[in-house]
Amino acid sequence: MALINDEIAAQLREEFQGLVGPVRLVVFSQALADPDSEQVTRLVSELAALDPRLGFEDVNFVLEKEKAEAFGIGRTPAIAIVGPEKDHGIRMYGMPSGYEFGSLIDAILTVSKGASGLSEETRQALAKVDRPVNIQVFSTPT
Amino acid sequence: MRLAFEFALESDHVTADSVEVSGYPDLAQRYRITGVPKTVVNEEFEFVGAQGEGALLRAVQEAVAVTPAAPE
Repeated sequence: MALINDEIAAQLREEFQGLVGPVRLVVFSQALADPDSEQVTRLVSELAALDPRLGFEDVNFVLEKEKAEAFGIGRTPAIAIVGPEKDHGIRMYGMPSGYEFGSLIDAILTVSKGASGLSEETRQALAKVDRPVNIQVFSTPT
Repeated sequence: MRLAFEFALESDHVTADSVEVSGYPDLAQRYRITGVPKTVVNEEFEFVGAQGEGALLRAVQEAVAVTPAAPE
């Protein structure tokens, strides 16, 4: 049975009309050690199938360690949302259900557009950032 | 969450992780997650609850201020 039902799929197809450039969704999973991995892999593959501009790749965290390291992935399940021009370092860890599913859709649309809705003042301030900054936002299932 | 993603989009030096902690009890403990959303910048600057871009920018700027520049 599909994780994304017909009604949600129709809504998402409509939302994805707003896609501009292609987005690659790279899932890092390990089926044996992590029970959530299979669900996340299925969910993201179903999501990617809704629009031709969305690409899907499943990376085995154990067998493709170098690739996981190249993406900076240290645990599973993880999703890298990669833009048409480059990887902006946007990652989601855990099962994106409830509110987090909406965050995943937001991330896809934002990356695809390649433009944020931030104020000019904030964008100018961020342009001055010259050293590594990692923002982690923790949530629980909703 | 969207804000963090937008910050990452605007700066090549900023990365953003969304972490659903129920599957990672070690992280919940390590970052003392008692309320959500909890935002942690460079392991050091943190706040709980939804905040505007000004609050997140201040946390980023504070983190930058104490982070050594990468060697040339």
